[in-house]
Amino acid sequence: MKSYVLSTASAIAVCAAGAAFAEGHAEAEVLHYWTSGGEAKSVAVLQEEFAANGGTWTDMPVAGGGGDAAGTALRARVLAGNAPTAAQIKGPAIQEWFQEGVLADISAVAEAEDWANLLPASIAAHMQCEGTWCAAPVNVHRVDWIWANTEILAANGIEMPTTWDEFNAAAETLQAAGIIPLAHGGQAWQDATVFETVVLGLGGAEFYQAALVDLDPEALTSDTMVAVFDQMRTMRGYVDDNFSGRDWNLATAMVMNGEAAFQIMGDWAKGEFIAAGKVPGVDFTCASTPGDGYLYNVDSFAMFEVDGEEKAAGQALLAELIMGPNFQEVFNMNKGSIPARTDVDLSGFDECAQISAADMASTNEGGTLMPSYAHGMALFGAQSGAITDVVTAHFNSDMSSAEAVQMLADAVANSL
Amino acid sequence: MTRWLQDNMPKIVLAPSFIIVMVFVYGFIAWTAWVSLTRSRLMPRYEIDSFIQYERLAASPRFETAMVNLAIFGTLFIVIAMVLGLLLAILLDQKIRTEGAIRTIYLYPMALSMIVTGTAWKWILNPELGIEATVQGWGFAGFEFGWLVDPDKAIYTVVIAAIWQSSGFVMALFLAGLRSVDEEIIKAAQVDGIPTWRVYSAIIIPSMAPIFLSAFIVLAHLAIKSFDLVIALTGGGPGYATDLPATYMYAMAFSRGDIGQAASSAMVMMLVVFAIVVPYLYSELRTKDD
Repeated sequence: MKSYVLSTASAIAVCAAGAAFAEGHAEAEVLHYWTSGGEAKSVAVLQEEFAANGGTWTDMPVAGGGGDAAGTALRARVLAGNAPTAAQIKGPAIQEWFQEGVLADISAVAEAEDWANLLPASIAAHMQCEGTWCAAPVNVHRVDWIWANTEILAANGIEMPTTWDEFNAAAETLQAAGIIPLAHGGQAWQDATVFETVVLGLGGAEFYQAALVDLDPEALTSDTMVAVFDQMRTMRGYVDDNFSGRDWNLATAMVMNGEAAFQIMGDWAKGEFIAAGKVPGVDFTCASTPGDGYLYNVDSFAMFEVDGEEKAAGQALLAELIMGPNFQEVFNMNKGSIPARTDVDLSGFDECAQISAADMASTNEGGTLMPSYAHGMALFGAQSGAITDVVTAHFNSDMSSAEAVQMLADAVANSL
Repeated sequence: MTRWLQDNMPKIVLAPSFIIVMVFVYGFIAWTAWVSLTRSRLMPRYEIDSFIQYERLAASPRFETAMVNLAIFGTLFIVIAMVLGLLLAILLDQKIRTEGAIRTIYLYPMALSMIVTGTAWKWILNPELGIEATVQGWGFAGFEFGWLVDPDKAIYTVVIAAIWQSSGFVMALFLAGLRSVDEEIIKAAQVDGIPTWRVYSAIIIPSMAPIFLSAFIVLAHLAIKSFDLVIALTGGGPGYATDLPATYMYAMAFSRGDIGQAASSAMVMMLVVFAIVVPYLYSELRTKDD
């Protein structure tokens, strides 16, 4: 034990000495939660590029809890006055950290590289803190996908639904044929994922913005919201009895092996299909959920205020590489998402990714490109959590839609 | 000098642990109490802002569910574990041959962590894998046992798993208590021709009052701080139907970035513990004074 401590201490001393000698060297300590197979491979791409450009990368992966554990580690380090150079944070959390006064300004890189014109406007807005650039986006996951088993649809004469009524009709047909219409995992965030696609589909982008981004009490208690909860209740009838607590990838497997027909899930589900050797368009079909619009979930790295030129140089290099076309292409091909910058050649990507990119461009122009509330892109944690509580309580009980709407308005008011 | 050392040695030796406890237990309790009065979100803030967090807590249906669950879980868990433990202890006390082996078997669940217990029971109670599927496989197609996925009954599955884990330990406590009762009294009662059940109900059990109290305190604090069992067994679901105050606090502090809510719910939990422990300490200290 003692010799271990000694050797670690001397290793640290050697590293510190090495860094001190290399003047003008780029250095970055990166806190992230990409630790599972495909994700780890994706982040390794960034590490290699960083090293190839002469930087020293100190990896700080924190596994577990969908980023909760990483968030806790980050908080502890910032409180201790020892912030990492960059950390994986997304959505409004970037602004929350900015308000704590701990984020660095990377406008120099962003302006030199013209990020403002490379990113869709609403995604660029997430990366800016009161006019300065404070984070770099890595990818865009689309959340409002509906995945289907192609064979089952063909066997039952069903087209991909384009309205929720069509979805319900298809589900009735499937149920009569003894197939589970909707593969779903009863975890709060999965309930919330389905909920937000229904809000977007039934209410449209404007209603989505009012209800789940601006938290307008009128929208939250409107008849449209009642209809949304009615649809959730209907869909509760389309999942199997044993859905409680099921992980999302097990639900994806149900679609794959023909137990269930549809799943509503973000495009990380595509990775599961592809890992199992399924081909998009042949074995499974991807389409946006009924209705117009696009719900995005963007991973990003925020830069923290740190001392030392090497670390500042590291931040600049990191920001440049993250937004670089090469990394955006390679990383997103690995991860199943699409590049955040809009000028990357997509010819190497699969069919679903191409649909996603085309829809992102068109919804950006049409103003229906919306942040996903269920994945922490639209609201602060306390508010989105309050909404999710109501959604999951309604979905898992026999609460009426009117009650749910009232509870929703109360919960949102209580969380502000 | 030596004289001074002699006089003060106990204080010097105790000082480090005293300071550590003061800072890391009472200091942090005070810190949590302070933060619970602020509007802290992602990071702790220190400007006091009345009882806003407690008002939010009172208005939160999820916290209400958590407290109701704690009441159901706590009561059923403590009562059933004690009754079952006592029963097992009395049965084991009948001077049977394989007592050692049986005692070990019943104590074993205590050696497992709550996470293992929770995961095992999750599989046992899962309608597609466990009891329901097995019994249906035997040909009873109408058999249903879906408590784990029923929001109204899921909390009882937590009770079942917790009792399975702890009743062996309670049994060991009671067995020690039964053995400590004076043989002479029991023999005298038997000579007088008093039936065995009367010996237990009128002599042995009343003389074990301190053991009951210890068992109660141990089980009560297990119930209140219960966290890992729920996380492993139900994940707080379906919905948030099996949330307990500890899981609520965890969600607020670590998933939602709402430290103020987490701190205030932690204070409420501490008050519940106090409500149980303080009367106990009071009665303990008073008997010592007599």
